[in-house]
Amino acid sequence: MPGSAVPLEVEGLRTTLFTRRGEMKAVDGLSLRVGAGETVALVGESGCGKSLSALSIMRLLPDPPARIVGGAVRLNGRDIVALSEEAMLDVRGREIGMIFQDPMSALNPVTTVEKQISEVLTAHTELGRGQARVRAHELLEQVGMPDAGRRLDAYPHQLSGGMCQRVVIAMAIACNPAVLIADEPTTALDVTVQAQVLALLRKLQRESGMAMIFITHDLGVVAEIADRVVVMYAGRKVEEAPVDDLFERPLHPYTAGLIGATPIPGAERAARLADIPGMVPPLNALPAGCAFAPRCPRALPRCRAEAPVLEEAGPGRAVACFAPGAP
Amino acid sequence: MALLSLRDVHVRFNTAAGTVHAVNGVSVDLAVGETLGLVGESGCGKSTLGKAILKLVPVASGAIVVDGTDIAPLRGAALAEMRRKVQMIFQDPYGSLNPRSTVGRSVAQPLVLAGWKPQAVAERVDTLLGWVGLPADARQRYPHEFSGGQRQRIGIARALALSPRLIVCDEPVSALDVSVRAQVINLLEDLKGQFGVSYLFISHDLSVVEHIADRVAVMYLGTLVELGGRDQIWRNPQHPYTRALLAAAPVANPKLARTRQRTVLQGELPSPLDPPSGCPFHSRCTLAQDRCRAERPLLRPVSSGAMAACHLA
Repeated sequence: MPGSAVPLEVEGLRTTLFTRRGEMKAVDGLSLRVGAGETVALVGESGCGKSLSALSIMRLLPDPPARIVGGAVRLNGRDIVALSEEAMLDVRGREIGMIFQDPMSALNPVTTVEKQISEVLTAHTELGRGQARVRAHELLEQVGMPDAGRRLDAYPHQLSGGMCQRVVIAMAIACNPAVLIADEPTTALDVTVQAQVLALLRKLQRESGMAMIFITHDLGVVAEIADRVVVMYAGRKVEEAPVDDLFERPLHPYTAGLIGATPIPGAERAARLADIPGMVPPLNALPAGCAFAPRCPRALPRCRAEAPVLEEAGPGRAVACFAPGAP
Repeated sequence: MALLSLRDVHVRFNTAAGTVHAVNGVSVDLAVGETLGLVGESGCGKSTLGKAILKLVPVASGAIVVDGTDIAPLRGAALAEMRRKVQMIFQDPYGSLNPRSTVGRSVAQPLVLAGWKPQAVAERVDTLLGWVGLPADARQRYPHEFSGGQRQRIGIARALALSPRLIVCDEPVSALDVSVRAQVINLLEDLKGQFGVSYLFISHDLSVVEHIADRVAVMYLGTLVELGGRDQIWRNPQHPYTRALLAAAPVANPKLARTRQRTVLQGELPSPLDPPSGCPFHSRCTLAQDRCRAERPLLRPVSSGAMAACHLA
């Protein structure tokens, strides 16, 4: 298929939470493309919809209350939104892998590391138990597990958080997926371990050319790992840009606010951090017009009445704002 | 005179697996009106040290002197008086507030315990809530009705109730979103300017510590490995661990992130049950020599003007 050069293409994805307090648009028309070997960071604060976007793409939404109500998720050109759960079992782990914030709870505490990795291999490949064990050993070495041979028969509680994350990564890449979704994979780790895991993900991506979605709230991590950045606010994409452009000239006031609120070590100390007043609105109480308007220093009367749509703003850039910063 | 003075403080915990040396001989002073950042990774003993200052964990040996008074023998009223001077705010503001108490009651509690009259308590609570930027009607509401950032403000209001001299801040912004984190950091700085309170600011987030601290202490495996002014530490780190920590911290600037040298610290933190001989960092240090494996380096003045515990600095 000619269009299959893009491993992951999300178009107009809409996910709604159906709750007693009403319907909430958790993901409202998200579109993004991730090319082979490319890393797209999905950035935003708690409740902006970044994790639900990832779970929607993986078709791992808790249903009820969450359901995909529109849009397409094309994995290697094939829309997986309507696939049966049975078909998805084959897709997950083989075509698309995922790693999570808390590696301890992503692993089965009563099963050895080797069995957990081998399970992925035997489910998706023709490998037998013995071969799977050999391959699991190779994978542990590939993800830089210290003393890999001895760790094969370890249980998760015998490993540190960083080592557990390496095991989760080994499971996620076991079948060379075209797409890897990393949901805050370093948030629970110490900085030196975070640096190790980021370096590992970069190395694995160089070797395999997988496309990666990297979800984080930490702009420092974004600067370290992303090629392109998608900024989300209240379920919507408000800005998209190549990483250098985003940090140099943020167009959306929310992006500018996030950058201003992040101290940069080594820079001259500012008297105060630029904070964003107020907080992210709950999804069941979104304001009319632009969801960011009540916190926005540049809000116009129009912003409170009408929601801006995402528009192109230069090469590779888009922004949803009536009063964007100068490009 | 230093507001807080720690002299060779040791904290040990006896566990089934053996004795954990959580804090292993820490000496540091904190001046009036100063913010001292205490950085290090999980398990380095920074939170334990913070708790020891409030006498929340037993100290095995060494002295902790607050405002000229050794806290070790304090009991009863004298201990209460010390705790008036030193307060603490925590990482998880929800876990540190009673969910069944209104915000007004939680903030009033230190005042009530100190014997304030009801009328004075009510006035003080209103003042405190105003200082931390909470609406007046917050008094009657419960913690679950507030966001994380607002709950941290409640915790700060309670800590301020009795006009402390020193507040131990244990990862106060780690659980908060970026924009709210900046609000709380700015609030802490405003309060410092307004009341001259000093902070011991414990955090694993180097960019936040760099922003808020006047001086910085770097901890590794229960010991201080470097202590110096903020600029000394960031511009000219002398201890290999400090350098590794700074190199690992992500920088929110993609061009800087690409160009700076990246030396990723290898290996894992050794077990505090069985700390390495000699320098606690030697097992992960690229510069380690025979002397480092045998002899524990002491914190001493080095060329940058800071203090470092390294034979090679």
